[in-house]
Amino acid sequence: MELDAIFTASVFASAIRLATPYIFAALGETFAQRSGVLNLGVDGMMLMGAFTGFYAVFITQQEGTLSEPLSLLFGVLIALIVGGLMGLAMAFVSVTLQAKQGISGIGVYLFGLGLSELLFQQWVGTPKSVSGFPRITFPILSDIPVLGEIFFHHNLLVYVAFALVPISAFVLNRTTFGLMIRAVGQNPEAADAMGVSVARVRYATTTIGGMLAGLAGASLSIALINLFQQNLTAGQGFIAVALVYFGGWRPWAVAAGAMLFSFVNALQLQIKVIGLDIPSEFAVMAPYVITIIALVFASKRQEQPTALTKPYERGE
Amino acid sequence: MNQTSGFARSVWFSRLNRLVDFSPVIVALVLALVVASVLLLALNANPLEAYAAMWEGAAGKENAAAETLVKATPILFVGIGITIAFRGGMINIGGEGQMIAGALAGVTVALILGEMRVPPELAKEKGAFDLIIVTCSLIGGFLAGALYGGLAGFLKAYFDVNEILSTIMLNQIAVQMMNFLLNGILLDPAEAGINNIPKTARLVTAAQLPRLSLPIGDPYLFARTRLHWGLIIAIVMAVIIYIFLWRTSLGYRIRAVGENQRASSYAGINVKRQMMFSMFLAGGFAGLAGVVQVLGLQYRLQTDGSPAGFTGAAGFNGIVAALFGGLNPIGAIPASAFFGGLLVGAQKMQRDLGVPASLITAVNGLIVVFVVSSEIFILQRSKRRVSLQETPDNLGSGGGKPADRASPDEGSG
Repeated sequence: MELDAIFTASVFASAIRLATPYIFAALGETFAQRSGVLNLGVDGMMLMGAFTGFYAVFITQQEGTLSEPLSLLFGVLIALIVGGLMGLAMAFVSVTLQAKQGISGIGVYLFGLGLSELLFQQWVGTPKSVSGFPRITFPILSDIPVLGEIFFHHNLLVYVAFALVPISAFVLNRTTFGLMIRAVGQNPEAADAMGVSVARVRYATTTIGGMLAGLAGASLSIALINLFQQNLTAGQGFIAVALVYFGGWRPWAVAAGAMLFSFVNALQLQIKVIGLDIPSEFAVMAPYVITIIALVFASKRQEQPTALTKPYERGE
Repeated sequence: MNQTSGFARSVWFSRLNRLVDFSPVIVALVLALVVASVLLLALNANPLEAYAAMWEGAAGKENAAAETLVKATPILFVGIGITIAFRGGMINIGGEGQMIAGALAGVTVALILGEMRVPPELAKEKGAFDLIIVTCSLIGGFLAGALYGGLAGFLKAYFDVNEILSTIMLNQIAVQMMNFLLNGILLDPAEAGINNIPKTARLVTAAQLPRLSLPIGDPYLFARTRLHWGLIIAIVMAVIIYIFLWRTSLGYRIRAVGENQRASSYAGINVKRQMMFSMFLAGGFAGLAGVVQVLGLQYRLQTDGSPAGFTGAAGFNGIVAALFGGLNPIGAIPASAFFGGLLVGAQKMQRDLGVPASLITAVNGLIVVFVVSSEIFILQRSKRRVSLQETPDNLGSGGGKPADRASPDEGSG
């Protein structure tokens, strides 16, 4: 078997690119879950972020109202706002109304799936492409053989995603806000007694999670694929939730899981390209099988936030 | 918490409670109508015209009503299964995959038995219904779906794998498995080599579920429609499962585990086994939904290759119907008819007003959110009463050790 033809530099590079939406969405979900909110609506938020971000870029580029870089930033901004609003709604439902989080998340997913398709059919119609975030090349670095191709030929959002990993780890582990998040997720009663508003922290993390989910969607529609179509994410948001479990609620491990998953995906695409004699259905299936296996092993060693999915009610 | 007292309570009181428990459904419906109207206005459509078109499309003519019931049938099967799972504290999002597993197994059994029991010259013989072929196919479909759902239950019980996530992964795996088999060994021999429409051979008539008509009028009501006996099977199943859940000790154990795992464990119930069992049954009913689509409607298994290509998203709509039916199999009957009507009516709305039918997916999502959100008001009112008629407390727990997520004072405590 031609291993050289499978493990090419471009496979590693595309693994990094493919990991971008997972990293955004899974980091956002990590914040929400560390504070005790299981947001299962990530995929719906990604779809809404993907569509609205795409549409903002599509309109401004078509009418020429904004220059290209500005239009892309506008798209990102819109995706962040829409994702954040959906996160806020999820927080209202889970924190204030104390709805069962697993099911309400599925509702949010269906809502995002339906509404993004509805608006797409109404306002755009058929899949049209936009010119998305261009690849950035760096002097010297990008010219390094192999490594340059793997690491230094990506668009801006890829670098933002990877930069968010240490930032998220720092915020969670080294800041007061991070301490509050962890306290609220582990022991809301004690956190409340210390004067931390459980509701406020959970609203904040779920909204951040929604914003990052929106950004994850936009990273697909205006940076990776540069178009929108019905159900563009195809369940990537759910994979992101699985990655949070897999990574044991720690940003570095979550990002590592995203890389692993994307690498399997990139390999799968490469196997199709070079036409190896493996049925393509099994190649497509592989990442999901691996995720289940990974969850089996992950659950054995990890401690999940004690208050995950449990609404907090004062004075019980 | 004395849970057995729920049975001792007077019948009337319990009926009243159950009636009250439907109120989040009403609240959800009204709120969803309001939001849908706002969306329609935003899309420059008159909501009243849209709803009129939907009603016309869903129930205006004999054929429209039949199509509504045809669409409702798989939703009801899945909804019955989801109800069992939710009552057992398991969130089954795997209806899609379980439907596919059931359809694959059922169509295989039907094709093999059809070949064995029916000579080729009688393959298209009218009225050649063969009870053995149909029964075996249905059982095969049930078992395949049940094993596929039970797998998620097993992973949850023994490896603590969150069942929401595992069932979602299993959905994707099932779609790929279906595409693989339909392009390979299950591919219609007549199609092989010509083009690549992934579908099986057509079932012999003896393996098909008969069409259903009601002896009203002349010709009989629904005689010229696609309505089939799957609907009757589904309704009978709903009644059986209602009795099973509320009148048998096995059903009681499932609900007890859904209500409070720790207390059930103290009471000597094997919690792990009940978790697997409720997922097994849930998967089985989704599997029935799949095989009935094949035997009753399509007469072959075919797909466009997309996740919802075969199921028509009934695996998801069944969740909505189960919630809308108050997590009661009997309630799932009108709920399924309602959502079947929404789906069929939306097509008419799309044709008449140009509003995309995907509006219904969004509205379904809203209904789910509204139903679970309005439960807080029910919980507050029910704080003084502890009843098994409520939604299980453990529903919505993402995973974790069974022991630390079933604190007695959680939820309704």
